Amino acid sequence: MTKPKMSGARAVIESLYCENVEVIFGYPGGTVLPLYDELYDANIRHILVRHEQAAAHAADGYARATGKAGVCLATSGPGATNLVTGIATAYMDSVPMIAITGQVPRPLIGFDAFQEANITGITLPITKHNYLVQDAKDIPTIFKEAFYIAQTGRQGPVLIDIPKDTQIETIEFEYPAEVKLRGYKPTYTGNEQQIKKAASLIVKAEKPIFYVGGGIIFSNATEELRTLAETVMAPVTTTLMGMSAFPTAHPLSVGMLGMHGTRFANYAIQESDLIIAVGVRFDDRVTGKISAFAPNAKIIHMDIDPAEISKNVRVDIPIVGDAKNVLKSLIKYVKIEQAKTDAWIKKINAWKKEYPLTYKKDNLLRPQYVVEQISEICPDAIIVTEVGQNQMWAAQFFNYKNPRTFISSGGLGTMGYGFPAAIGAKVGKPECTVIDISGDGSFQMNSQELATVVQNDIPVIVAILNNGFLGMVRQWQELFFNRRYSATCLKNSVDFVKLAEAYGALGLRATRKSEVKDVIEEAVRSECPTVIDFVVEREENVAPMVPAGAAINEILDLE
Amino acid sequence: MKHTLAILVENKPGVLTRVAGLFSRRGFNIESLAVGVTENLDTSRITIVVTGDDNILEQVEKQLNKLIDVIRVSDIPPDESVNRELALIKVGVDSTTRAEVMQIVDIFRAKIVDVGIKSLVIEVTGDESKINAIEQLLRQFGIREMVRTGKIAMNRGAKVVQSEKR
Repeated sequence: MTKPKMSGARAVIESLYCENVEVIFGYPGGTVLPLYDELYDANIRHILVRHEQAAAHAADGYARATGKAGVCLATSGPGATNLVTGIATAYMDSVPMIAITGQVPRPLIGFDAFQEANITGITLPITKHNYLVQDAKDIPTIFKEAFYIAQTGRQGPVLIDIPKDTQIETIEFEYPAEVKLRGYKPTYTGNEQQIKKAASLIVKAEKPIFYVGGGIIFSNATEELRTLAETVMAPVTTTLMGMSAFPTAHPLSVGMLGMHGTRFANYAIQESDLIIAVGVRFDDRVTGKISAFAPNAKIIHMDIDPAEISKNVRVDIPIVGDAKNVLKSLIKYVKIEQAKTDAWIKKINAWKKEYPLTYKKDNLLRPQYVVEQISEICPDAIIVTEVGQNQMWAAQFFNYKNPRTFISSGGLGTMGYGFPAAIGAKVGKPECTVIDISGDGSFQMNSQELATVVQNDIPVIVAILNNGFLGMVRQWQELFFNRRYSATCLKNSVDFVKLAEAYGALGLRATRKSEVKDVIEEAVRSECPTVIDFVVEREENVAPMVPAGAAINEILDLE
Repeated sequence: MKHTLAILVENKPGVLTRVAGLFSRRGFNIESLAVGVTENLDTSRITIVVTGDDNILEQVEKQLNKLIDVIRVSDIPPDESVNRELALIKVGVDSTTRAEVMQIVDIFRAKIVDVGIKSLVIEVTGDESKINAIEQLLRQFGIREMVRTGKIAMNRGAKVVQSEKR
């Protein structure tokens, strides 16, 4: 059989078909003209953003909501460099993504040509792998490998840089059936002996606690986690990345741990005798002062990335493998007739009662109340967040039930992430209500995407908790810099209702508690892109709070 | 503690940058580095000497293994391996010193590879301490220029560093 002949650009489109790509977030330019010409009548939806950074975040949000790799596309030079923050965000949070960039024609590479940037060099430390197409005939193999690498093992972004002349060259197209990568063989199954050892520790523990993160969500292991937790009768705390991996309302849930974790999660970690860590990386925002972290606990650490084992803390039983597989085999070995954790659960429940996650319930419009109302009115929504106070309140006060319903930039902490990521989530899950819980600062970092949602009719809701401050930085200034609010005041900078209307979106505002429910319901009913400006208390703090560098049970008294 | 790592990598453009970049960004210090193709033309071998305790070494190895183009990483223990460096040393000489320099070259089983009226170029191979020793001795005559390769290393006996990972 003869292989079909086609241009490099066409080969890219055919490769995307082979990977079942249904949507691309992108922005055209000089070096991707041949690709865009092929996209013109391709059977792939293209969403034109207004800034390439948003294309990367949207691809990321799409991937987190659906579990499939998100694809973004930009031209060479500035187009490619504008993707960088989005790629770094995806890399830090292990999100499968394919970033396609145009490059100047091969004969011009290295000569500082117009719109030339060495994007493979620039993204070396923030991609799982990247490629510069040196020969058009390599395009199918490179795409096959890129999608495989992005979506297997510890997932992550892969960038493919395609010189314009390779897009025009004619090649014979054949998409490889499998990849041959000598240096890449991820471990999915945990070591049986280690799993048995872990099981014997779990069975003996009197104060065990599950500490789980994004790995649970990425490997679709929520059911296994729940089964094991209920068998052991141990509390479950999640990282920010692990929010929605375990139902918030479950009696064994103790919520988030770490800097803005619940008091009871942090106390439980510190007093535990066994930490069962799954798909987490002992980040500094979680452990606080590392030498004082969980002093009495043995640690079982399961992760798909061997480099995460014993990176930040020494662990007693490391297990490398996919969370779902490892938990499944662990369930087989953990045989408990009578749970030993009654006293432990009782103690935790007492802490829960004594130190609930709360805020001042007066007549003022407080941001936490807005999040609670969203949770009540849209219990099945996908919540996307920006970064800062809005992110913490969204994590603390929404009642999560199902995985992939909390989407947030955890590792990099990228302001401006939420709105474009919400676009990606909505495109991937059009049947879900998607709400970006935002701050007035973060929203202004990518508010130009209002044009994208209106043009493409993507009805996301942006709920701005507008306090006229860069709230989290202000909070630190209040607590640690003697209330000197250096460069954090944004008051009266913009009328968000008019801004929304200028783009053709719906703009709503609530300034009183009594108006909150109505505007949320109106936004949901409208089924069109909506911005809600919640004018909230200006100096509300995120509590509880552990100052940076302190042990996680040394909690500041902010309430 | 110094460790010598043999890293088998895909023989592709940009691989050295990936490996070297990883060292600098994770704060690992490279003491010496040598790269060359292996018995398989599609595989190169990078020999890196790195300083650090066992924790650092463990992280270096794990992080290297995460690179897609890295096929295998092996720690080559110094007492069970052959270690070599090569140096070219240009020494200033005149009729009064030439003979003495040539004697030193002889003792070290080094070679004179270029002779000029005012200079000699000496080629010496050996482990690090041997090269340091001849350098010390030649210093009194005036070393005009010196260039050293990074260290290369190979296990003694039948043990080999193969390209199958793990």
